[in-house]
Amino acid sequence: MNLESKVPEGPIQDKWDNHRFSMKLVNPANKRKYRVIVVGTGLAGASAAATCAELGYNVDAFTFHDSPRRAHSIAAQGGINAAKNYQNDGDSIWRLFYDTVKGGDYRSREANVYRLSQVSVNIIDQCAAQGVPFAREYGGLLANRSFGGAQVSRTFYARGQTGQQLLLGAYQALSKEIASGKVNMFNNREMLDIVLIDGHARGIITRDLRTGEIECHAADAVVLATGGYSNVYYLSTNAMNCNVTAAWRAYKRGAAFANPCFTQIHPTCIPVSGDHQSKLTLMSESLRNDGRIWVPKDKNDKRPAREIPEEDRHYYLEERYPSFGNLVPRDVASRNAKERCDAGYGVGATGYGVYLDFASAIGRLGKQAIKERYGNLFEMYERITAEDPYEVPMRIFPAPHYTMGGLWVDYNLMTTVPGLFAIGEANFSDHGSNRLGASALMQGLADGYFILPYTIGDYLARNEPGSASVDAKEFKETKEEVETRTDALVALKGKRPVDAIHRELGRVMWNECGMARTADGLQSALKKIPQIREEFWANASVPGSEGSLNQTLERAGRIADFLEFSEVMCLDALNRNESCGGHFREESQTPEGEALRNDEEYSYAAAWLYQGPDKSPALLKEPLQFENVALTQRSYK
Amino acid sequence: MRLTLYVWRQPSADAQGDFVKYDLSDVSPDMSFLEMLDVLNANLEELGKEPIVFESDCREGICGTCSMVINGRAHGPESKTTVCQLHMRSFQDGETIYIEPWRARAFPVVKDLAVDRSAFDRIIQAGGYISVRTGSAPDANEMPIPKVESDLSMDAAACIGCGACVAACPNGSAMLFTSAKISHLGLVPQGQPERTKRVKKMVEQMDDELFGSCTNYGECQDACPKGISISFIGRMNKDYMKAKLIEVEEPRKEVESQ
Repeated sequence: MNLESKVPEGPIQDKWDNHRFSMKLVNPANKRKYRVIVVGTGLAGASAAATCAELGYNVDAFTFHDSPRRAHSIAAQGGINAAKNYQNDGDSIWRLFYDTVKGGDYRSREANVYRLSQVSVNIIDQCAAQGVPFAREYGGLLANRSFGGAQVSRTFYARGQTGQQLLLGAYQALSKEIASGKVNMFNNREMLDIVLIDGHARGIITRDLRTGEIECHAADAVVLATGGYSNVYYLSTNAMNCNVTAAWRAYKRGAAFANPCFTQIHPTCIPVSGDHQSKLTLMSESLRNDGRIWVPKDKNDKRPAREIPEEDRHYYLEERYPSFGNLVPRDVASRNAKERCDAGYGVGATGYGVYLDFASAIGRLGKQAIKERYGNLFEMYERITAEDPYEVPMRIFPAPHYTMGGLWVDYNLMTTVPGLFAIGEANFSDHGSNRLGASALMQGLADGYFILPYTIGDYLARNEPGSASVDAKEFKETKEEVETRTDALVALKGKRPVDAIHRELGRVMWNECGMARTADGLQSALKKIPQIREEFWANASVPGSEGSLNQTLERAGRIADFLEFSEVMCLDALNRNESCGGHFREESQTPEGEALRNDEEYSYAAAWLYQGPDKSPALLKEPLQFENVALTQRSYK
Repeated sequence: MRLTLYVWRQPSADAQGDFVKYDLSDVSPDMSFLEMLDVLNANLEELGKEPIVFESDCREGICGTCSMVINGRAHGPESKTTVCQLHMRSFQDGETIYIEPWRARAFPVVKDLAVDRSAFDRIIQAGGYISVRTGSAPDANEMPIPKVESDLSMDAAACIGCGACVAACPNGSAMLFTSAKISHLGLVPQGQPERTKRVKKMVEQMDDELFGSCTNYGECQDACPKGISISFIGRMNKDYMKAKLIEVEEPRKEVESQ
């Protein structure tokens, strides 16, 4: 199989326009004959479902939550980028495009990123019209801030709850379509397989999490908006229920999985407090705009932070990266924190933490100004740690946060399975090997509001509507496979809680395929993962039955998939013998310890294709061409 | 810390539920309340017993999934704090803790501590949105909104839809939830064209779902983890009165053929 990116011809500025003109359209009267399945109701899924319904398609939307409003997009705090240039500070579509390609360390597809920058401006218009309460200036116009390493102020925000407000906007648009009858909303449903008929995705199999019923749903196309897989590390900032299952089941039906080793570690999270830890809490990296990061100069300095005088503090980011200081990209900030802690300079009880200090900002701007900017984050920090960050510096440490890898998609956001689309964090396309702050919300909504609704039309127009029925033998066969797998999980009556096994997998992945990776470490992970998998199938405890609400069974299914997926992640990290963005191979670094790319050999997206059980996946390469942004070594000095 | 827990166990919506006693030791004050329950559930799983069903997701206090009444208080003893953000340092060593699901006629129990809150979705579907087709929006800065109104709208929009207001209300009223959405959208210019219709439809839906009425106990505001103000209920009532009193002139329905 060859990967066809289907990037349109022409200058980069014209590609999307040209493509929109050349795509086939579905006649307005025929749209109601088509049915589209959208799995997931986060920013990408909810916006896609609402927009497809507005266009006239029938939409079946699915979420495993009790309501579409609970998707994890809701937890994004900081903001959403858009090339509006409202601040008159030199921003443009080209600059956002350039920053995103460069920030992604040249491992993304230029044409996709340019399109993302183009539609970013429409997103803000759309959301403001929906009533999203973006921050405003006293004149009534929208406020912006600089965010996560950007040298222009292009980030729009709604206090520290930007993700929540954008998601509620999309949820409300979706609710309107549910009320109008164009969207059938299926809550409490987990997608457990994709149904292929003649090689095309024509439906899904779900489990009703409340009744346990396994159900078939047929459609003309299937869209996965099922998020990322950071929970492969067990501890991450993702919500408890985030998982790789939908994407993994798609992979096993022939959808190539691209760049699974590209994961992002977020620098500003609250450090682990003990073994009981169930997840990590992220605090918006907008905190780095005003907070200064430091550790004591002397590793034996155990004085409370406030008693350590200025000359005994090491502001290592400001010292090492004078032009970007505390605002270096996430991967650089994270790796430097790890380096300081590994060298013994870490703070807090575990030694895995660095200070994020607001004293000088409070001195400069006043406590009230800081409270207005970060009040809710400070409250959250105090609630969790019982320390007041107005008085003592915060302690932070990096944590897995976002996954740039995902299902491989072409320019139309279609996977290698015809009729199966992937949008939002679930696909791989726009962030390369490192995502910039405030770009996840932008990409989710770009895909859902402004890209997929067009490109899916081109696919549908080439296919007869209503060709699939749940009576087809393919549905029966796939449903039986799902039932067999569910039976096997519920038959696990061993002694170990499934979470304990997940934690064990997470530790291996964090140590060997986390912030820094080596060939030896990855090889040892590839030996350990099958052992943990064996332990899972021999010794996991799944009490209860499958015929009702059974949360252990839900988790067991997700962990079983993580235990397979993690191997492909390590294979990918092992194959990519270069450092780029969030993927840091210790073998490949500059003398200053920065990520050293190898463009000669690795300027491609690595897409892994399932070959069957007990077989290594095949590696497909999509070469990446950089015609508009010159490849340079990133430097934030 | 050692704790004695009485947890509401109910196998299904129709089954009879009851409190079950659990003793738990080695609880760390740094654990969140849900992590404490994770530990209890892991113990149960090791014994092959069915763990306690409770819902949670983000564990950052924003998704609104977690929902339990602790010692008679929705989301427990700390103000403006969801259960997932509540830590065991808020409890004493040796304490006895009662844990129950949200109790409200409109929120039937699904299993143990999980309840069905789909009534909230149906209230939003009744009119909790601004109709703006994707692609049809004007430039975002074409509509300046005074900062004060915008900020007040954000105060209302902060609602996470957890349902604590309903659980805390002696009448099982959803007026804080409903008024928060009505105020969020009614305070900004974009929300004006549908303002009258919205308030009517949402209030009617709220009544159809068998939520009770507000009699000014104020418990909802007290239990709300996001500090949503009860003054939004007054705003909703005002809007509702206006909507009911002022007869909106309906345009002619039929279109004359040319």
